[in-house]
Amino acid sequence: MLEKQSNLKAWLYLLPAMALLLVFTFYPLFNAFYLAFLRNYSYLNRTAEGYTLFGNFIDVVQDVNFKTAMKNTSIIVFVSVPISVMVALFISVALNSIKKLQGMFQTIFFLPYVTNAIAIGMAFAFIFHQDYGLFNMFLGIFGIDPVNWVGLGASWSTAMFALLVYTVWGGLAFKIMVFLAGLQNIDKQYYDAARVDSTPKWRVFSRITVPLLSPMIAYITITSFIGAFKAYRTIIGMFGPTLRPPGTLSKDSLITIVGLVYDSLSQADAVGKISQAAAASIILFLITLSFTGVQMMISKKRIHY
Amino acid sequence: MEKINKVIIKEEKIDIKESKRREIISKVIIYAFIVFFAIIVLIPFYWMILTSLKTLDQIESEIPPTLWVSFKNMMFVNYLNALEAAPYLRYMLNTVIVATISTVGTIFTTIFAAFAFARLNFKGRDIIFMVLISTMMIPGEMFVITNYITVSRLGWYSPFSQTFGQALLALTLPFMTSIFYIFFLRQAFKQIPDELYLASKVDGTSDFKYLWRIMVPIAKPTIITITILNAMGTWSAYIWPNLVTKEVEYRLVTNGLRNAYLDLTGRVAYNEQMAAAMIVTFPLLVVFLLLKKYIMRGVSRSGIKG
Repeated sequence: MLEKQSNLKAWLYLLPAMALLLVFTFYPLFNAFYLAFLRNYSYLNRTAEGYTLFGNFIDVVQDVNFKTAMKNTSIIVFVSVPISVMVALFISVALNSIKKLQGMFQTIFFLPYVTNAIAIGMAFAFIFHQDYGLFNMFLGIFGIDPVNWVGLGASWSTAMFALLVYTVWGGLAFKIMVFLAGLQNIDKQYYDAARVDSTPKWRVFSRITVPLLSPMIAYITITSFIGAFKAYRTIIGMFGPTLRPPGTLSKDSLITIVGLVYDSLSQADAVGKISQAAAASIILFLITLSFTGVQMMISKKRIHY
Repeated sequence: MEKINKVIIKEEKIDIKESKRREIISKVIIYAFIVFFAIIVLIPFYWMILTSLKTLDQIESEIPPTLWVSFKNMMFVNYLNALEAAPYLRYMLNTVIVATISTVGTIFTTIFAAFAFARLNFKGRDIIFMVLISTMMIPGEMFVITNYITVSRLGWYSPFSQTFGQALLALTLPFMTSIFYIFFLRQAFKQIPDELYLASKVDGTSDFKYLWRIMVPIAKPTIITITILNAMGTWSAYIWPNLVTKEVEYRLVTNGLRNAYLDLTGRVAYNEQMAAAMIVTFPLLVVFLLLKKYIMRGVSRSGIKG
């Protein structure tokens, strides 16, 4: 060590950040577990009727929206992520192989990264409008009649389709950025060797590019899974705070696990609701934790080629 | 012998021609593929702008919709109407105030903490840092629940009464620091050679002075990145402001988007809706295009986008 220890001084420098983190990060973390084990807790009166181990979790699971939320979240995660990872991979490889206009196309593909999920969600809702929307106009070219995707009384499956399109679109930018960075780090030697042997392009892609990029593909897929489990803002953007097309029943809702948390939190004044929100957030935490565990295992193994 | 040579040369020529032809074909396919997806990426933006410039009658009567509005028919008045439909100017003012307070706060707390982790030597430094890093993977919803209670107990939010000052405290204080930014800035500080620090010690410079005179200027690009990302985060904040503000006027720009945009006869004014969406999106795009370099620095290190 270069310098002697300076505990007091270090803590003075850390104090502002640590004080804030203590109040708004660490205390809430432990308190979430505490809240989840309180029976009939009211935060307004600060009263509870003892403790319960699973009571609040049972409330979450028995909530009318729980099954719907689990179904929706799983579909968003396991359908949109693989598609957007694959599309992003193809786009990145294509982008990496061109010289002219590469910068311009890069900028275009990065654009969705900075945009506002609510604003773009509204634009997508209007793209999928039954009468005035672009998507039905496009389908009309092939003689397909207008579909009520997200409008009054729209079905769950069409609404979910529209949401998935938006989710894939929104997920591309970040993945393309990461893949492009990865591609630029691949040693040119491999490609030169392939060229000498005049290996077909598609074989170069499947035998060189994908294997060398595999750690990055695994990383992106898992972090995107974790991100997609927290889907919520995109749904507010497309469907508003009700999380479903107007004039539909709650079984057709597009609610997600995060939606369950905020649903309970919005009724926080009612007895026990804040504990239910805490229990739902712990369920979300455990799911993301298990994916983080998988990621750590994979990155340790380093499944290259 | 000569004959054979000629034949071989001829064959090679054909081969080169053939491979050139293939090269061109594959180039065309690649560009077509890229252009196709570039268009898909741009469509929502184009649709937003296009719709925001049409009249409502035009939107409702043109089926299928037209894909172009000539300049003289552009309805810029939709933007004015959108600004009036919700207290947008007030929202923008609120957003600027909240972004300024939380960004300045974040910068200061982050600089001090990152300095301690990067430069100072104290007991438990590595363990504390590990604990901080590991909390980054915890979903934010877990914190929001208790923070909502905390903010209520501190008297900053109540469904019955709230002053603007209280709303500001509720909107900014929980976001005055960030573990990710501390981590990010620590990395930048770590790259500054120790020799600079030792030399300044020989000269009798205090740590505090060294931090502000040497480290902060060197790490300026990182600090700019933090400023931009933090300000953009405030601009797009939706859930928290909705939770902890009583008065509609205390909210931020993104909250205004979910307003009901109706025209005088009660029809949904899609054009005003899209104009509002554009008002929120446009500044983000401009900031991105102008400061891409800085934003990308942050991206390469962030794991998940929330």
